[in-house]
Amino acid sequence: MEPFKNFTGVVAPLDRANVDTDAIIPKQFLKSIQRTGFGPYLFDELRYLDHGEPEMDCTNRPLNPTFMLNDPRYGQAEILLARENFGCGSSREHAPWALADFGFRVILAPSFADIFFNNCFKNGILPIVLASKVVDGLFEQATGAVPLRIAVDLSVQNLTLDDGTCIPFTVEAGSKHGLIEGLDDIGLTLKQVDAIRAYEERRRSDAPWVFIGA
Amino acid sequence: MGAKTLYDKLWDEHVVRVDDNGTALLYIDRQLVHEVTSPQAFEGLRLTGRQPWRTSANLAVPDHNVPTTEHERAAGIADPVARIQVAALGTNCATFGITEFGMGDHRQGIVHVIGPEQGFTLPGSTVVCGDSHTSTHGAFGALAFGIGTSEVEHVLATQCLIQRPSKTMLIRVNGALGPGVTAKDIVLAIIGEIGTAGGTGYVIEFGGDAIRALSMEGRMTVCNMTIEAGARAGLIAVDEKTIDYLRGRPYAPTGDLFERAAAHWRTLVSDEGAAFDRVVDLDAASIQPQVTWGTSPEMVLPIDGRVPDPDAEPDPVKAGGIRRALDYMGLTAGMPIVDIRPDKVFIGSCTNSRIEDLRAAAEVARGRKVSDRIKLAMVVPGSGLVKAQAEAEGLDRIFTEAGFEWREPGCSMCLAMNADRLEPGERCASTSNRNFEGRQGQGGRTHLVSPIMAVAAAVAGHFVDVRAL
Ligand code: SF4
Repeated sequence: MEPFKNFTGVVAPLDRANVDTDAIIPKQFLKSIQRTGFGPYLFDELRYLDHGEPEMDCTNRPLNPTFMLNDPRYGQAEILLARENFGCGSSREHAPWALADFGFRVILAPSFADIFFNNCFKNGILPIVLASKVVDGLFEQATGAVPLRIAVDLSVQNLTLDDGTCIPFTVEAGSKHGLIEGLDDIGLTLKQVDAIRAYEERRRSDAPWVFIGA
Repeated sequence: MGAKTLYDKLWDEHVVRVDDNGTALLYIDRQLVHEVTSPQAFEGLRLTGRQPWRTSANLAVPDHNVPTTEHERAAGIADPVARIQVAALGTNCATFGITEFGMGDHRQGIVHVIGPEQGFTLPGSTVVCGDSHTSTHGAFGALAFGIGTSEVEHVLATQCLIQRPSKTMLIRVNGALGPGVTAKDIVLAIIGEIGTAGGTGYVIEFGGDAIRALSMEGRMTVCNMTIEAGARAGLIAVDEKTIDYLRGRPYAPTGDLFERAAAHWRTLVSDEGAAFDRVVDLDAASIQPQVTWGTSPEMVLPIDGRVPDPDAEPDPVKAGGIRRALDYMGLTAGMPIVDIRPDKVFIGSCTNSRIEDLRAAAEVARGRKVSDRIKLAMVVPGSGLVKAQAEAEGLDRIFTEAGFEWREPGCSMCLAMNADRLEPGERCASTSNRNFEGRQGQGGRTHLVSPIMAVAAAVAGHFVDVRAL
């Protein structure tokens, strides 16, 4: 995974609650056995007027003019602003793959669905939980004539708006470290081989039924 | 040690080590694997030259993409992209030595149906799968939750996951359910009560007389939809029903070892006086048959309800949500639920495709006919074994005589990755778990109900209180 670098980016506002992973990347694209190439199909049903299918060329598809990502102000956005319970529904990691492939690196919302939240960190995306009032304020600014830009500093856990306003945020220490270093979780866990083996030995004697026949 | 919740016990039993930053390395006893969320995980192993830590901890089955007609099963999957994905699961399992119940295997079925059916899901174990409805397995007093593909690879390679402890919620459903009210209605009512984000950050334990009175199938239905309440996992304490269900299952222990295991399993209950972060009480007798009207499972009402009016909702974000849902669902504010007319009826999915669901549905279908208004009514058993059992009991004939199609096992129209789907604008009475926009096909409109309510709607041609049939 690429290390997460501080950056300043445009905010794209997605003003609806309970956006589920099927809205982020519809089911038909899950048939792919690849990890990349999902960006053009991000929010496919909201973004295009026709029905999308895997491997379709998106350059000439009819765009939904009312969907915000089709607004030239937000086409290059790197920060997604969302409402409650963003990323609910299925566990598909294709959702963060599609968001990352499109270019999103940060998602701001009042709450996230649990599995999606975890999946983000595994793919270099920083999901940030902000108070509902703060999110409301950001929506107001992000939908103005001039798009809102925010500087994201993960090391000091701070967002800075164009007008100088600072918004601190929290992030769990292990996840932060993983993002900044671009760590490979599996490699890290495999450093604990001895601890895992020792646990497994213990479990084999305490609960041998877990290990038979399966 | 003070009194512990069931969750605390399961957690403590699986901690390999705790890191300085408060995260824990948690040992995973079992992993279920399906074709959609695993190819990139196997590819990851290949790219890094890693091997599965313990192959026998994994059991694989294709379910999301498989066809449900006998003809397409025999002829091979028509959709080339889906065919490649299902084939990839077979190749990956063969390469890495993982047991797979392939499409031709009589044990094939939906991953969350076959895990318990095989006794692969055991009380006190940690069970994961690259699928959010892994919460189903919590019905056995197992800590079971859905994970993403990176974590599937992590479990394959290390038999562990990096986790943080969750908060705990106890939902007590007190008293007894009325006739015609099912486990599905309990869980829909709970989601209506606490909301789809109500369980975020929690593991929910379900208790109370009404939960204890449920069969294992019913308990699985409740835990299955815990994820729709936003919770990481659902849990139900072990009792003799749990243990009896597991006796003689292929992957369960046998003989003395079973008894030794059972003695341990009986300790898998929350201790008297254990503290939960939140407790919710519900009165079972007040729960009516439920029908969702909108595009989120929390948009749910009793059968005698009326579709809400956005103008009566003070919160503008919520009012906007109601307006958008009514528009998408093609409903008008204030209309009675019983006036909603489905075009299709789907009985199936990991929520409601087990033998008990089919028995209850067949009981209502017996001697009745699907209304002429219904374009398609289908029953999709959760597994090959469920299908065989249902056929042995003659349930298939009851369904087909009533006008239902009787299909091969798989996820089918629950998420419409195969050919079973709604056309734009079509409305469905569905026993599945998600009514999101496009879930059952682009532009499709889903109403979630119990199996008996689905049959009642099929027969009447509109939603109707099954108790009045
Ligand atoms: S039946 Fe539906 S919810 Fe269950 S695993 Fe299959 S697609 Fe997912």
